[in-house]
Amino acid sequence: MRDAFIAELMEMAEQDPSIMLITGDLGFGVLNTYVERFPHQFLNAGVAEQNMTGLAAGLALEGHKVYTYSIGNFTTLRCLEQLRNDVCYHDADVTAVAVGGGFSYGQLGMSHFATEDLAILRALPNMTVIAPSDPWETRVLTRQMAAAPGPKYLRLDKGKAGLAVDEGDVTLGKVRTIRDGKALTIVTIGAILSEALKAADALAADGIDARILSAHTLKPLESAPLVAAARETGAIVCVEEHNVVGGLASAVAQLCLEQGAAPKAFRAVGLGDLYPTIVGDQDYLRAAYGMDASAIAKACHAALGVAA
Amino acid sequence: MQEAPATNQIDTRDMALAIRRHAVQMTHLGKSSHVGSVLSLADILGVLYGRVMAVDPADPRWVDRDRFILSKGHAGAGVYAALAERGFLPREQLKTHYQNGSKLSGHVSHKGVPGVEFSTGSLGHGLSVGTGMALAAKRAGRGNRVYVLLSDGECDEGSNWEAIMFAAHHKLDNLVVAVDYNKIQSLDLVANTLALEPFADKWRAFGWHVTEVDGHDHDALLAALDVPAGGRGQPSVVICHTTKGKGVSFMENQVLWHYRTPQGDEYRDARAELGLTGEGEIADA
Repeated sequence: MRDAFIAELMEMAEQDPSIMLITGDLGFGVLNTYVERFPHQFLNAGVAEQNMTGLAAGLALEGHKVYTYSIGNFTTLRCLEQLRNDVCYHDADVTAVAVGGGFSYGQLGMSHFATEDLAILRALPNMTVIAPSDPWETRVLTRQMAAAPGPKYLRLDKGKAGLAVDEGDVTLGKVRTIRDGKALTIVTIGAILSEALKAADALAADGIDARILSAHTLKPLESAPLVAAARETGAIVCVEEHNVVGGLASAVAQLCLEQGAAPKAFRAVGLGDLYPTIVGDQDYLRAAYGMDASAIAKACHAALGVAA
Repeated sequence: MQEAPATNQIDTRDMALAIRRHAVQMTHLGKSSHVGSVLSLADILGVLYGRVMAVDPADPRWVDRDRFILSKGHAGAGVYAALAERGFLPREQLKTHYQNGSKLSGHVSHKGVPGVEFSTGSLGHGLSVGTGMALAAKRAGRGNRVYVLLSDGECDEGSNWEAIMFAAHHKLDNLVVAVDYNKIQSLDLVANTLALEPFADKWRAFGWHVTEVDGHDHDALLAALDVPAGGRGQPSVVICHTTKGKGVSFMENQVLWHYRTPQGDEYRDARAELGLTGEGEIADA
């Protein structure tokens, strides 16, 4: 996804000299072509994310379209107050780009797991929160985000859902319907959609047809597909490579309840409000912490009150 | 390029006195803190807004304006007062400071207040933002300057030193920092909290052009602050040696007046020392 993002950014930077990419001294081997082609639209702020983000706000308020780039929590939690006060309160056109959503850097340890970012960023007024599920979707959303001024967060994953390209089906601010179904609805965010797809295949073998929704735009979260899912299907199961507190499940539950569309049953699949203490690759950690396809299928069975 | 508005003919001492008078009344009416901080930097604001900075109350977003960020946002009453004196907002509005429903928050905010460049309040934010603005001005080939006013206690914040390194590395000589160095922070003397000395040497070591002035001497402030945008090849810092609570004898150099609000006899005496007579409030200042 990071390569897709940079590829799209280069196309845009060619057309728009106001675009500035600022890295917090990360992106080895990824940013080289961009830096060569657009040296005047690039800054390395050094290992100094607070300054990077304040600087980004200052540039944005003077007319630049700014992207701050780093991995894990370094463009978000490390400089959260700069995002809140300098970027969001001033409605500055800054996109914080984080490479490595969830367990993307699974071997690096908890410092590099981005597993609270969605909840925290979602709580910032004016902030748009995006987590694509595929590299091609990243390109589409990056392009659409550029046309929407204001503060944005782009969470990029090492994994990918592996869906066929369908650009017309991806719209910023809309929930994508990946697969239709009546028995229950699985709502996902980001590349962990791949696990939901596998879970849905397993459920289908048991005669359970799962609807799958991909909420690549967590904020603003589109209401209609979720309300329809609550009303038309037997349960909503939310899946996120993220703490179950404050992220997708919280957002979906609040939205449905406020719309008077309480799901008949509800489950949150994700990280159970803890810090992982072991490492491994992304697939390993998804399984170890209960958010792989089998855990999702299990949650779906439980939500429907049927034995697996 | 539009001509700079020819409004910078204000007597900076009158301006500073007006800021002090407003500050005492605003903190009295709002029962708010930080009057000592505003009195400390009133002369710096008086010189900047009265003479140095090109700003235009008729066009607050004028693209070639000099930018000013009060990074020590808790002294926001001083900026509101300066803006009122320069015609950006009605003096009468100053009475609403800190009150229910007011746009004039205790820490300076730009929302609905023309002339406020940037909102602050959490320390250690303003310099990075000003650095971004200075960089943008350079890239756009604009000749405006960016002024950022820091407190001394604020220099405890590590984010400032990130920005200090960045601005020097990028030779942002259109960036001018003023430090209100009154030697007192929230709870105690700076020297007893986290010592800044050798303060000027720290800035020099980071690659900045350093000037030290008496922060209440208008001629010295004018000479140090009114520098051209560009030419030095390095950003500038003006370390302004100031007296917290300057202008009201019993507030001077008192840690107490970081938070205490002037009421009763203290308010009466403060008014008298600033030459405010009668019962009139702000609009008469």
